[in-house]
Amino acid sequence: MYCDECKKQPASVHLTQMFNGQTTESHYCQECAAKKGAVIFNMDTTFSIPNILASFFGQNVQGLPAPTVGRTCDNCGMSFNDIRQSGKLGCSECYSAFDEELEPSLRGMHGNSQHIGKVPARGGEKVILKKKIETMKARLQQAVAEEDYEKAAQIRDAIKDMEKTLG
Amino acid sequence: MHADQLLNNTMVSWMEAEKGPVSDIVVSSRIRLARNLSRFPFPHLLTSENGRECLKQIKEAWEKSENGELATLELITLDELNPLQRQILVEKHLISPLHAASSDDYRGVLVNGDGSLAIMINEEDHIRIQCLLPGLQVGECYSKAQAVDDELEKNLNFAFDETRGYLTSCPTNVGTGMRASVMLHLPAVAISGLANRIFQNISQFGMTVRGLYGEGSEVIGNFFQLSNQVTLGQSEEDIVTHLTSVATQIVEQERVMRTRLESEMKYQLEDRVGRAFGILTNARIITSSEAIALLSDLRLGVDIGMISGIKTSALNELVVGMSPAHLQQKAGQEMDGYNRDLVRAQVIQETLRGEDDTGELTTDEQ
Ligand SMILES: [Zn+2]
Ligand SMILES: [Zn+2]
Repeated sequence: MYCDECKKQPASVHLTQMFNGQTTESHYCQECAAKKGAVIFNMDTTFSIPNILASFFGQNVQGLPAPTVGRTCDNCGMSFNDIRQSGKLGCSECYSAFDEELEPSLRGMHGNSQHIGKVPARGGEKVILKKKIETMKARLQQAVAEEDYEKAAQIRDAIKDMEKTLG
Repeated sequence: MHADQLLNNTMVSWMEAEKGPVSDIVVSSRIRLARNLSRFPFPHLLTSENGRECLKQIKEAWEKSENGELATLELITLDELNPLQRQILVEKHLISPLHAASSDDYRGVLVNGDGSLAIMINEEDHIRIQCLLPGLQVGECYSKAQAVDDELEKNLNFAFDETRGYLTSCPTNVGTGMRASVMLHLPAVAISGLANRIFQNISQFGMTVRGLYGEGSEVIGNFFQLSNQVTLGQSEEDIVTHLTSVATQIVEQERVMRTRLESEMKYQLEDRVGRAFGILTNARIITSSEAIALLSDLRLGVDIGMISGIKTSALNELVVGMSPAHLQQKAGQEMDGYNRDLVRAQVIQETLRGEDDTGELTTDEQ
């Protein structure tokens, strides 16, 4: 793999950047990378890319609201500006405190902003219950379609109970 | 004691190529799950006081586990290790360079005896579960990591949000908190200049490729790390399936190119492997980047049966064993670059020449 810039030296610096869900990969030799002021990654730090991220937050991402000056997370005291600068959130509560501000960035990074993976059994009870209700509703429809009204009534009661627990 | 074992021996689970499928091309597979404790400041904001509280809770959850993999782990806190020892764990890929930079008593690692399972505590996130196995075993890594996650979760309140999933200190990890990766050795793809074209397409699948870096920061030895980039909006199972299928396709490309090289550039290939073997077994002073580049050629020679008597696992072990911290640990003293290059050449010779008749060059004369 040769350098994108000079096309002469073997590429040794690899950059992956994402903007609005679009990924660009660039490959440079040491010299050209230095000229470009590129961030050099280390193999094991690829999991945290605060430098790229800080610049990401700093970019004028489409729809990114202006930083709300002064507002901070009730739990840890970080402001959105602090998050922009470090590329990291302060605590779990920052996610809800800066939900609106984070939304476009998350979409940009992941092309998505809704989790669809694993749910923890603890603290995830509600989510699990909601999923269960979804499947029950599907079964209810099926029972109605099959004109099995006795079964449908049972399922409807079960759903009601579950929705009560959900509050 | 796992710590002694991991510090004094080079071999850990992921190096055991003979125990992993497709390990002639896929060196290792890894799953990492990031988890955090609800409401605690993320590690970069921890004071030693709440850091210790955090460690205490995680430690209690680990102590309560009676069965499963979690119970087989041992806790090492970073203040128990000197910088060289921490670097040894980095070179084995058991902890990150970021983690090794700290000597705080509230940061540490829970690790098993063969290094296949390691949980970094208070690194970038409060908990980072890692499972690392030889060859193409992303699914196996996921099952193991997932079981440990379930076990920990019984006694810990993980930061989780219905919409955003597992909450992580860096938003690039939020959602599944999962990074799945495979380390690929792709000499034929690289020689044929195909790497760029293959990797350009990969980003479409929410994946990314990076090189293996040596002492400097240059990509060396044709090792490429393929991993998922997206963690939000994809399920763990999908990530595992996609990564495995993309890795399998790249492996196929590499096999096709190896066959072509063997038939179309037979002598150039033999020349390259032979030269690598010659230099490695005769050099007196060798830098880590030169050695890794040559070991890549030698590894290809072993894979295609040109070199006999050297196991792939021995080559994996050698790449780590000749890294700076491992060399210094073995020598029992700190060494400057020149002395490391000297000892490195020696270690390579010992491994490749061996006491038994390892390392036969079987170039057929025609
Ligand atoms: Zn260049
Ligand atoms: Zn916060």
